[in-house]
Amino acid sequence: MTTDTAQRRKERIDRGIKVRSDGIYALLSWRELAYLSVPRLVLILGILALPLLMPGMYWQRVISIVCIYAFLAMSFDFLAHYVGLVSLGGAFFVGTGGYIAALLNTTFGLPPLVTIPAALILGAAVCTLLLIPCLPLRGVYFAIVTLMYPLFMARLIEALDIFGGTDGILGIDSFTNPWVEQYFVVVMVLVLLFGLRRLVNTDLGLVLRAVKDNDQAVRASGMNVTRYKALAVFIAAGMGCLSGACLVHTYMWAGISQFALDFSVLPIAATVIGGSGTLVGPVLGCLILVPASELLRDFGTLRIVFYSLILVTFIVFRSEGLMVYGQRKYHQFQRWTEI
Amino acid sequence: MTTEPILQVENVTKTFGGIIALNRVSFEVHEGEILGVIGPNGSGKTTIVNCITGFIKATSGHVRFRGKNITGKAPHKIADMGVARTFQIMRPYYSLPAYKNLVIPLFSPRARRTGGWRGGGRLGDRNTVGIDILEEIGFERDSYVPYKMTSTLPTGYLKRLELARCLALKPELILCDEVFSGLSMSEIASMVPLIERIQMDGITLIMIEHRLRELFQVATRVMVLNFGEKIMEGSPDEVMADARVREAYFGSEEVQEVMDHA
Ligand SMILES: Nc1ncnc2c1ncn2[C@@H]1O[C@H](COP(=O)(O)OP(=O)(O)OP(=O)(O)O)[C@@H](O)[C@H]1O
Ligand SMILES: [Mg+2]
Repeated sequence: MTTDTAQRRKERIDRGIKVRSDGIYALLSWRELAYLSVPRLVLILGILALPLLMPGMYWQRVISIVCIYAFLAMSFDFLAHYVGLVSLGGAFFVGTGGYIAALLNTTFGLPPLVTIPAALILGAAVCTLLLIPCLPLRGVYFAIVTLMYPLFMARLIEALDIFGGTDGILGIDSFTNPWVEQYFVVVMVLVLLFGLRRLVNTDLGLVLRAVKDNDQAVRASGMNVTRYKALAVFIAAGMGCLSGACLVHTYMWAGISQFALDFSVLPIAATVIGGSGTLVGPVLGCLILVPASELLRDFGTLRIVFYSLILVTFIVFRSEGLMVYGQRKYHQFQRWTEI
Repeated sequence: MTTEPILQVENVTKTFGGIIALNRVSFEVHEGEILGVIGPNGSGKTTIVNCITGFIKATSGHVRFRGKNITGKAPHKIADMGVARTFQIMRPYYSLPAYKNLVIPLFSPRARRTGGWRGGGRLGDRNTVGIDILEEIGFERDSYVPYKMTSTLPTGYLKRLELARCLALKPELILCDEVFSGLSMSEIASMVPLIERIQMDGITLIMIEHRLRELFQVATRVMVLNFGEKIMEGSPDEVMADARVREAYFGSEEVQEVMDHA
């Protein structure tokens, strides 16, 4: 028994080297293939099945909101973990994307399938241009400045009484039917998840990670750090604007509350719970937090307390996040059964 | 010499508040040379590297690279022209495996334009080219070392990695800030031929060193800084014989040793 555990431990170390060698894999058997592909299949099928499993319109709507928050949470995770920009500007992206989609829809009568991609591109461009002056800032300074943007935008719309002022923009078209709405956001979660995962492993993604690790060395290699940061912000802002555009078409309304700080804060909480740097973790975090906040709706403002409790519990007991923990366990388990 | 110098530094002064880190320093570097720069701690060696490569802006004075004024240009633009540098406090990408460190310079506009190290950057896979460079610079190819997480590598490999990052860029000039320091005698001995090979590849070098014996083996010319001023310049032999250098280094055992050797 004791010798047995000793052997198992050795196997774990060996596996560790393979893991550290990052991407140098040799698939030796069907079993190893299954080992790599089963979690992905479970994830894809699970997410695709979600709308079908919901017991009614209300909960299906909740799933849409989960997905909309998931775009934001992935965008936060991507910027924070792979580029080193901790952005509290989620609400800024949502509001910008939301208002652009709303205006395109109400003034030009464009359908959601046009306004959403347009809001994504235009919104990302606007957000990136406005954030470029902040890109040289580091760490908490960048975070604080990005937090000012949504506050500023909300007050600006209120004070100048533009875009419907405090009433917001009403009469926005919804998706043609609930299933289109559901599956559009669900499929987008998967597309963005696997797209981002691929991106961070390309040479370009490596440069972004290098910017986080050590921007001086990137400069010394003849690369314009600000330009790469701007590109990353463009991608993240695009995802946030996508959230906003989907949101206004789901609620058929755009208003100042789209700049509310919930959109900046909840994705961060979801990332903490799900595990930062995993990209899939933040999606999982949204899947826990958004329904939880729906269930707690009856408690009124008291739900903030429950909410905080969940968060504190996670930070204290599983600070690495669910996915990091899960992935570690999964790999360890494999190492033990290999021999 | 009638050819134009590859690098001209003219009256560069740098002050930090009240401290004068560099005081009207001028020198030239010619193509294919290895210029050694020595001086006691705090004499401004790292500061001159930072001023040349744009990481800090000189208070006054000019720097010309191949006749073009590069004073005050952004660091990435200067690097893009072919001026690479190492950092005295090593700056690898600790979160990446060693060979992935080289994918970044190989992906840079300069490497893609020039083909990077030996033109390899143009031919597809940057990972393989990265491993080729690491092998040339002294990483054992058929081992785990190039694939190891950078944060787990010992100093000797990190110093080589700094040089490798410069080479990947296909530079014309490399400024090495103490690549020998922190290494054992045998490690330095294996680095010397490497430096010579880089020079044979047609790359000009400026080498800042405290390890005088090894520096004097490779350097074609040596400049001495003391308290931010250039106190002399000449061949290694001339520098060793100079009284001012003895004075600046007074008490430094190694200089005594090297001089006695001579
Ligand atoms: N960023 C800075 N701010 C203030 N003073 C600085 C700064 N950088 C360097 N100095 C000062 O400038 C002087 C020259 O420093 P420098 O780092 O160039 O010395 P060095 O010759 O490289 O020394 P060492 O051999 O220890 O590396 C020192 O007195 C140092 O304290
Ligand atoms: Mg120094």
